[in-house]
Amino acid sequence: MKHVDEYRDRALIEPLAAELQRAVSKPVRLMEICGTHTMAIFRSGIRSILPAGMEIVSGPGCPVCVTSAAHMDAFISLADAPGVRLAIFGDLFRVPGSNGSLAHASSRGAKVEIVYSSMDALDIASRHPDDLVIFLGVGFETTTPGIAATILAAQRQKIDNFCVFSTHKVIPEALDVLLQDPELQINALLCPGHVSAIIGAAAYQPFVDRYHLACVVAGFEPADLLNGLIRLARQIGEDRPTVDNIYPRVVSWEGNHRALAMVDEVFEATDTQWRGLGVIPGSGLKIRERYRDFDAEQRLAIVVTDVPEPKGCLCGQILKGQTIPPRCPLFGSRCTPASPVGPCMVSSEGTCAAYYKYGETG
Amino acid sequence: MSETTILLDHGSGGLASQQLIGELFLKYLDSPILRGLEDSAVIDNQPGKLAFTTDSYVVDPIFFPGGDIGKLAVHGTINDLAMRGARPLCLSLGLILEEGLPLADLERIIISISEAANDCGVPIVTGDTKVVPRGKADKIFINTSGIGIVPENVCLSSKQAATGDAVILSGTMGDHGITIMTRRAGISLQGDLQSDTMALHRLVAGLLDQFPGRIHVLRDPTRGGVATSLNEIAASSGRSIVLDEGLLPVRPEVRAACEILGLEALYLANEGKCLAVVDQGSAADIIAALHRMPEGRDAAIIGTVVDGTAGRVLINTPIGGSRVVTPLHGEPLPRIC
Repeated sequence: MKHVDEYRDRALIEPLAAELQRAVSKPVRLMEICGTHTMAIFRSGIRSILPAGMEIVSGPGCPVCVTSAAHMDAFISLADAPGVRLAIFGDLFRVPGSNGSLAHASSRGAKVEIVYSSMDALDIASRHPDDLVIFLGVGFETTTPGIAATILAAQRQKIDNFCVFSTHKVIPEALDVLLQDPELQINALLCPGHVSAIIGAAAYQPFVDRYHLACVVAGFEPADLLNGLIRLARQIGEDRPTVDNIYPRVVSWEGNHRALAMVDEVFEATDTQWRGLGVIPGSGLKIRERYRDFDAEQRLAIVVTDVPEPKGCLCGQILKGQTIPPRCPLFGSRCTPASPVGPCMVSSEGTCAAYYKYGETG
Repeated sequence: MSETTILLDHGSGGLASQQLIGELFLKYLDSPILRGLEDSAVIDNQPGKLAFTTDSYVVDPIFFPGGDIGKLAVHGTINDLAMRGARPLCLSLGLILEEGLPLADLERIIISISEAANDCGVPIVTGDTKVVPRGKADKIFINTSGIGIVPENVCLSSKQAATGDAVILSGTMGDHGITIMTRRAGISLQGDLQSDTMALHRLVAGLLDQFPGRIHVLRDPTRGGVATSLNEIAASSGRSIVLDEGLLPVRPEVRAACEILGLEALYLANEGKCLAVVDQGSAADIIAALHRMPEGRDAAIIGTVVDGTAGRVLINTPIGGSRVVTPLHGEPLPRIC
């Protein structure tokens, strides 16, 4: 498989694995902020060969995980509303709210359909003209261009029984808030491959300037990951932090202009709540007034009310890199993938699910 | 029959039921025992131990590349018998039909069942049909039960996995699971994704015949995939299993689809593959024998049974690291980004 096999080739990665062992000359505590990185790092077995002096912390890189309990409750109460049919990405289905999940709502008879692309929600809307089809928009920069394109298509095709409940979020603003936390103590950032394909590697320059962080934009194959860790260790060893893009086959310096323009056409920045991080100014995307017909919050006058996070659940601290899943008292006992308490255990890219799945007990 | 869809009457036991049996089922399912239309099938006693299994099939879509729900219902139950070393004797066929199912679809499925049963040499000897109102079932649900005979000297069980044994997979992983998932998702990919649904009783008979006492465990990794079956073997035997990621056979198109959907082939269902835990000294000969069989031409040694934490499955990764392989938790859901 082109673009995959060459980065898994043993002849290429064995020397890189050996080089990683030699690359660390000063302590490296790096954060990755992409759910796909979380999983890829576990899957490749890199954690089992990390050199002394290098530590990997998972940040808020899983969009389902950072969705607040308040938004989850709003989603679930929408599912129970008459005449509503929800279209969702699969990860959201089992995330618990204060009172059950969308899976529970579905078992009660609520209409919840799992789609693989937001465009599929438009087909559902055409097939069910008597229902209002609401797409639950959860995701980072990677998914928002697709959602924007779907809203533009709905407008073009005059599909009026379709709208989006946008809880979309952007990474740089959240990262900035996170990095101001004196407890975090990280000196390197493994920048997200997919998000960076849209926003460009340049988006991380402010973090080099402001926080003196080593930054590497890397892909997800074993060779990408090893190379990323080696480059981060070298930047720290030489005390020369910079933005190093080693994923140029996908990521450019300036990003994807067309995708960004489409997002800007449909969405505008808003304050939004992140699980564990609270409300972060300008970190969310809401639908612009001129597309209000496609905005579920406007159309249904949805009020999102604050609810407490599940008792005992440490997802908030885990998302901030302050603790690791095995230190949560619920991990593996009351909270498992089959019966999750917090969202980090549900999403296939959640940090707790990764620790559980790959048998890491700390 | 003048109707074109299934009506509630077809399950009433009355005239419409008789017509369905006479004009459709017996037309294709031609076994003398079934033809007797008695309340139960009576089968001649045979030497050996009896193996008995049952499975229900609710797959959606009911027709998919490489097979359909009918073929699956025949192969799946035959494979469950074969995994204990049984020679399958006969099957039952229970149908739950949704009112409104096109008769043409039912006929297509019955023909497929008939062909699969004939190819396997395992007749359907008894059956039952019920019809439920529209919306109370999804098109068609099938249950098949099977009876087989295990020779006195054969004893296959997950408990028999021993330290040093080789772990063999009879072919590529995940073909069935990914075919169904991409169909459900409406994703079309280049390449030829298709279900691997296949009966394995001849492969098993061949192995047991050629390598008596050398085959310790056979399992068919259906739902939950290879990862889950290996965890069950490790737990039952109180041993640990170590896999080598580089040795896992996966077709390139299956890998590509897994990459797109964020899935791991280790967790995807297979319907025509078996895991064999075998004596290390015979492993190379067993692989050579498998490669000569149509059902085993992609067979590979994928790992070893070792002492160690009981019930634990580990995989060595190409970078020289290792990680734990846990059983499947919940349905595999595609990721969102």
